[in-house]
Amino acid sequence: MTDGAEIHARPKIVGARIKRTEDPRLLSGTGAFADDRQTPRVLHVAFRRSEHSHARLKAIDCAAARKAAGVVAVFTAEDLAATVAPLLATSRMKGYHATPILPLARGKVRYVGEPVVGVVAQSRYLAEDAIEMIGIEFEPLPVVIDPLEAVKDDAPRLHEEAGGNVIVSREFRRGDVDAALAGAAVRVKGRFRMHRKTAVAIEPRACLAEYDAGRRALTLYSATQVPGIVRDALAAALDISGNDIRVVAADVGGGFGGKGSLYPEEIFVCAAARLLGRSVKWTSDRMEDLMSTSQAFDEVVDAELGLDAEGRTLVLSADVVGDVGAFSIYPWTAALEPVQVVSFLPGPYRIEHYRGRVRGVVTSKAPTGPYRGVGRPISTFVMERLIDMAAVKLGIDPKELRLRNLVDAKEFPYKVASGIVWDKSGFKECLDAACRAIGYDVLREKQKETRAAGRWFGIGIASYAELTGIGSRISVAPGMPINTGTETAIIRVDSTGAVTAAFGVASHGQGLETTLAQIVAEHLGARFEDIRIVQGDSAAVAGGTGTYASRSLVLAGGAATLAAQAVREKVFNAASHLLEAASTDLTAENGKVSVAGTDRSLTFREVARAVYSEMDRLPVEARAELAATKTYDPVFGTTSSACHVATVEIDSQTYEVRIEHFVVAEDCGRLVNPLIVDGQVHGGVAQGIGAALYEEVIYDDQGQIHTASLVDYLVPSACEIPPMKVVHLEMESPTTLGGFRGMGEGGTIGAPAAVANAIADALAPLGIEINELPVTPERLFRLIEAARTSGKQ
Amino acid sequence: MSKTRDITVTVNGAVCRRAVEPRLLLVDFLRGELGLTGTNVGCEQGVCGACTVMVEGDSVRSCLMFAVQADGCRVETVEGLAAPGEMNALQVAFHEHHALQCGFCTPGMLMTAIDMLKKYPLESDDAIREGLSGNLCRCTGYEHIVAAVRAVKAKAAPRT
Repeated sequence: MTDGAEIHARPKIVGARIKRTEDPRLLSGTGAFADDRQTPRVLHVAFRRSEHSHARLKAIDCAAARKAAGVVAVFTAEDLAATVAPLLATSRMKGYHATPILPLARGKVRYVGEPVVGVVAQSRYLAEDAIEMIGIEFEPLPVVIDPLEAVKDDAPRLHEEAGGNVIVSREFRRGDVDAALAGAAVRVKGRFRMHRKTAVAIEPRACLAEYDAGRRALTLYSATQVPGIVRDALAAALDISGNDIRVVAADVGGGFGGKGSLYPEEIFVCAAARLLGRSVKWTSDRMEDLMSTSQAFDEVVDAELGLDAEGRTLVLSADVVGDVGAFSIYPWTAALEPVQVVSFLPGPYRIEHYRGRVRGVVTSKAPTGPYRGVGRPISTFVMERLIDMAAVKLGIDPKELRLRNLVDAKEFPYKVASGIVWDKSGFKECLDAACRAIGYDVLREKQKETRAAGRWFGIGIASYAELTGIGSRISVAPGMPINTGTETAIIRVDSTGAVTAAFGVASHGQGLETTLAQIVAEHLGARFEDIRIVQGDSAAVAGGTGTYASRSLVLAGGAATLAAQAVREKVFNAASHLLEAASTDLTAENGKVSVAGTDRSLTFREVARAVYSEMDRLPVEARAELAATKTYDPVFGTTSSACHVATVEIDSQTYEVRIEHFVVAEDCGRLVNPLIVDGQVHGGVAQGIGAALYEEVIYDDQGQIHTASLVDYLVPSACEIPPMKVVHLEMESPTTLGGFRGMGEGGTIGAPAAVANAIADALAPLGIEINELPVTPERLFRLIEAARTSGKQ
Repeated sequence: MSKTRDITVTVNGAVCRRAVEPRLLLVDFLRGELGLTGTNVGCEQGVCGACTVMVEGDSVRSCLMFAVQADGCRVETVEGLAAPGEMNALQVAFHEHHALQCGFCTPGMLMTAIDMLKKYPLESDDAIREGLSGNLCRCTGYEHIVAAVRAVKAKAAPRT
């Protein structure tokens, strides 16, 4: 693209390690998180939540709670039925069933933690006092816990009207899988299990519906990644005009997908505010967050890989059961996570024959939804384990086996058996760079010594590719009720010369106020510090969704580029009259318009004053508002890829896994801000290490959640996360404006597989496979004991 | 509702007198009564460290302490680290090293780091990680936070 060439000629803002605009307020405690807002006379909500996994609601007695001190109102589902219409996460997928989304459980409860009654009181303390006084008569129903039981025809049903517990299924097929498997020289297979995770943003969810009595309008301040989606959904559910409901996500304390869906509590506070004519707020405590925020990564995968005698991957077959929890989450649907597992399972490898079958099954657990990586942490874990298992069987080094099978530079664009197309990205280059950075060959030598000494030291590689910055032609669930494929920028220079750029994205830690301002500064020629980015606000643009799916920099960056260029043309048009020069002779840089090769120049402020205020300086036709709105659609999106390499040593007494080195070599296209890219990779890897070793949502056989505190759900601390080295291969995307690729999720995609492979490699002398994550000390102990017992026989 | 008790707490140098319920948590007192919303609540169980403040010069979890227990005490919060519009050395280091992303754990991280920089030699990165291990961050992977603390340590005690 011509644009890219222009930037390379003067690299100074895009590509620079600029310190973040967001930091000063967040470092001084003056940020604006949802719970920080001080609203006069605000009322507080506490929810009485279900203590049953699956039960009919026979009777609810709220009489005592209604009379409790400080209580203003108590609502059940029946009380809200006339105010709130149910929402459906629609999809055109065959056999799909959408479960209605409501603010409170109606008729029955389907997971522990589902909100049943909402108490609105003068303070949260008083609201919590009152929920203790509510009497609920539950009629317990058979729980639906094990997904492999729940798929059976005679299993108890969670949603009677769905006709079964499988609410979505899909199959991808290319070639002749059975014949190819039969003819394969080497076959490796296994049952792989990734246990349920949850996002654990350090800020629990929170939402505040501020009521404007004069206009009967609402502003919802919510800890959400998707203010545009929430606005549109609430307007529909509550039958409010879109300009009477605005959703603002000012500062959001992390999301990782957990804040990427519409939640019952958001509907509740808005409905209650309308009914009471008062502002109403709910702030989750950690137990509520762990019980009711969307969970993820809960799949059982039976997979088999066939290779020829030279180690060429020929054929892959997989059968996936995804435990989607109690509801099909809005707007993503229950298809989001499990279908991505089979879409991405073939990974960055050349595989001709493929069959990937998936079933998404409801269980009486919290709903699953998007979480950093979505499906690909599991698909990568499975595929990378199969590659390593094949390497052992073939006696080929795991790095070499990957080099033989990764899609080569000459083969792009490459169509994956599931239909995805990889555009040119550095698959092999990443593998080479990561192995070089960690000193792979030296480490293999070291391993010979550690093995001789009886130590459990292992090296694990994980290569993967993902689609990012996805455009309008690709959708995770065809017929979803939203458009994820475009992004709009509105840029204007005001009468003081200051620049405001508004977007539909919603940063929650990614630093988009900084990176988008870098792009605007570059293309408009404005001063970086004169640019204000407006985002996280449904009123910012006419139609927007938010920040998720590694899309924001690619899509909003593209829109920013187009709008900034359009505004610069208008600035040049006005300035050409003022400077008496042709537009084509003008340049803009650092807030100044200059006539090339002369000392004649004007500041943006001077141009703006002439356009808006000093009516004698310009002819009418040169006074066009210095503003533009542009929408960008990358149509298909682009490929991002990386290779992770980890080394581990396992303590033979405690079974603690210690990660010693961790290297990531990644291709995220052109970097806007390397400081921020490094931070994203580090954070993603830390979550991937959590998924590999520590994090697991545990439900017992009665559907009670055993990980409802941070003592039980283990988030890694600074001691568990190793120092990391990140290598950037800046291979510009051939398909996106600016050459950017998305990179917000990759760290979490590669790390679980790399750690799992390193552990399996460390324990190779015992012949142990790692097929289940997280690899807790207890699981390791059992595996090693079993291997030793069978070895003795 | 229980009866209130009168307390006097000196917060960031300002003397604050309030009548509070005995069950009011210190963090809710700071946020709700005083409007000092820089201190965040992450878990209310003393695990995540987001609510860390200084009481009488020591870092404490303000979610595990009642406001009445702070009666007569000196409390420092993130708002007191520097004058408005300014940053102290640790805040500057966090800014330079990109040691924060969403910023929610950051006030607690800063208060913990100030305490450990004051009290411990922190001679290795492992020691810094150990010192930070009571504060959870879900965004950064800790690498840049460790770098920021290391940088402040190095400036405070230059090696010869």
